[in-house]
Amino acid sequence: MIEDEFGAYHALTESEDDHRWAFGTGFTDALEGVDTGVAEGIDGDALAAYCLMLGDDALIYSHRLQQWITRAPELEEETALGNIALDLLGQARMLLARAGRADGTGRDEDRFAFFRDEHEFRNVRLVERLDQDFAELVARLLIFSAFRLALFDGLRASTDPVLSAIAEKGVKELTYHRDYAASWVVRLGDGTELSHRRMQAAIEVNWPLLDELFTPHAVEAALAGVAVEVGTLRAEVEAVLDTVLATASLDRPDLAPMAKLRGLAGRDGVHTEALGMLLAELQSVARAHPDATW
Amino acid sequence: MTMSLDAPDETMLQQHFDSTIAHEHRVEPRDWMPDGYRKTMIRQIAQHAHSEIIGMQPEGNWITRAPSLRRKAVLLAKVQDEAGHGMYLYSAAETLGADRADLTDKLVHGQQKYSSIFNYPTLSYADVGVIGWLVDGAAICNQVPLCRSSYGPYGRAMIRICKEESFHQRQGYELLMTMMAGTDAQRAMVQGAVDRFWWPSLMMFGPPDDASVNTEQSMAWGIKRHTNDELRQRFVDMSVPQAEKLGVRLPDPELAWNDARQHYDFGSVDWDELSAVIKGNGPCNAQRVAHRKAAHDEGAWVRDAATAYAAKTSRRLEAKT
Repeated sequence: MIEDEFGAYHALTESEDDHRWAFGTGFTDALEGVDTGVAEGIDGDALAAYCLMLGDDALIYSHRLQQWITRAPELEEETALGNIALDLLGQARMLLARAGRADGTGRDEDRFAFFRDEHEFRNVRLVERLDQDFAELVARLLIFSAFRLALFDGLRASTDPVLSAIAEKGVKELTYHRDYAASWVVRLGDGTELSHRRMQAAIEVNWPLLDELFTPHAVEAALAGVAVEVGTLRAEVEAVLDTVLATASLDRPDLAPMAKLRGLAGRDGVHTEALGMLLAELQSVARAHPDATW
Repeated sequence: MTMSLDAPDETMLQQHFDSTIAHEHRVEPRDWMPDGYRKTMIRQIAQHAHSEIIGMQPEGNWITRAPSLRRKAVLLAKVQDEAGHGMYLYSAAETLGADRADLTDKLVHGQQKYSSIFNYPTLSYADVGVIGWLVDGAAICNQVPLCRSSYGPYGRAMIRICKEESFHQRQGYELLMTMMAGTDAQRAMVQGAVDRFWWPSLMMFGPPDDASVNTEQSMAWGIKRHTNDELRQRFVDMSVPQAEKLGVRLPDPELAWNDARQHYDFGSVDWDELSAVIKGNGPCNAQRVAHRKAAHDEGAWVRDAATAYAAKTSRRLEAKT
C-alpha cells in the first residue's frame, strides 16, 4: 500500500514529458494549425508594432494584477484575479512572439518583455498606475476589459490569421474579466456609504485615461484590414460603462482627458512615471542573468 | 398522544463510531463523532488550510520578478492553486461546524498555527524550484497517507490536492534541472537554496516520535497513518537519489546509505531551531501573519459592501413579490 501511495513522488525522476502541469502555462498552443507567416502586402514592422501595442497592454496590466496576489479581500478574489492575470499573460506571450515573427528579427517573448527599455513599450498609460485600493482595481479592470473585449471582438475579423486566432480565444476570457469587474463595481457602488465613495473616486482616478484608448494611431492606419480602428469602439465601450455606472448608482465623471506630451502618449513610448518602477521589478532577475536559461 | 422515541445513547453512538474507524470506513459530516475527534479534525484541517494560504506568500514574492514569461505563468498558476486548496480545505472544516471567518480570525491573531516552513524567506529564484521539489515533496509525503483519512471530506479533499501538489513538485524539480544546466551563478543559486531549505524540510514532519504529543490518539482515530519519523525517513530515502541526479549536495555530512537498515542514515535535526520558529521567532513569522492580517483588514470594507449589497438586493426582490 505504502509504495503505491508514493508513486507520484517516485515518478519525479522519470524523464517522461507530462504536459498537465498547470493551467495557462503555455503547453496548450492557441496557434496550433494557424499559418504564422506574414502575408504579402502586410507591413511587417507595422504588424510587429501593433502586436507590441496589444501585447504590452496585457503584459503590463497583468503585472499590476499579479501585485494583488496574497492581498485580495477574499480567497475567491485571489483565484479570480490570478485567473485574469494568467489569461492576460497568455495573450501577451502570443502577441510578443508574433511581433518577433512579424518584424523578421526572430526575437522571442522574453526578449521583448525583459530586454526592452521603457520608451520601447507601446502600452496605453491606463495600465501603468499602481492600484491604491480594491475599488481602483475593479474600476480599471472594468474600463480595460470593456475596451479590450470590444477590440478583440473586432479583431476576430482581422485578415491576419494569427491575430484573428488570438482574438477568438481572448474574447471568451475578456467577457469573463469584464463581467467580474462589473459585478464588483455594482456591489461597491451600491454597497455601503464608504464603498460608494471609494468606488466613485476610483472611477474618477481612471477616467482621464479613457480617451487615449480610442485615439487612432499611425500604426493602425498602416494596417487596414489587419488592425481594428479604435475610434469606432468608443460608443460601444462607453455604453457598457454607462450601463454599469448607472446600475451601481455612480456618476459618470465629467473630467478632461490626461494631456499628451508633445502630442505623444503610451502607444508612442511616452509613459507615466509608474512604468519605470514596474519594469525595474519585472526585469530585475532576467537582466541580472542575461546569459541564463530558465 | 405522545410518542417517546429513545434517542440512541452515547454508548451506542460511540460503538458505531469505533466500528466505522475499525473497518476503515469514512466518518461523514452528519455522523455522530466524539467531541475530541471533531476538535482535532478542525484543528488539523484549519492548520492545513492556513498553511496553503500563508504558503502563497514566499512564492508569491517572486511572481512579479519571474525571469521568463513561461516561469511566471507556471508560478502564478501554482500560487493560484494554493488559494484554491485553501478554500477547499476551509470548506471541509466548515462541514464540522467551523466557520471560515472565525478560522481566519484565529490565524491573523496568532491563535492557530500553520506549517513552520513558510516562516523561512525566499531569497532567490531557485527558492521557487526548491520549494517545489523539497517543500512540496515533504508535503506530499505527509499528505498522501491523509487521502485515507477517516474523515470523508478531508480525505477526498486530499486526493485532489495531492494530485496538484505532485504537478507542482515536478515543475519545481524541472526548474532546478534547467537552472543546473545553465550558468555558474544559477548553479550556485540552486545550491544555496538547497542549503537553506533541506533542514527545514525535514522539520516539516514534526517532532521525533518520542516527543510527539498527538501522534498516538491521531493514529488510533485513523486521521494520521504513519509516525513522523517513518515519514521523515521515507522523504530522505527518496530525496537523496533526486539530489544526485540534480547534481546538488545535501548539507548533511552524516548522510550515508546504511546497507543493514536499507535506509539512509542522516544527521539529527536542530530541534531547538524548529522550536524557536514554532514559538514565533523564525525569520518570517511576524511578517507572514502581519501580511495576511493587513490583507484581511484592508479587505473588510469590501466584504462589508458585498454583504450590504446582498441584503439590499434580497430586500428589493422581496418588495417586488
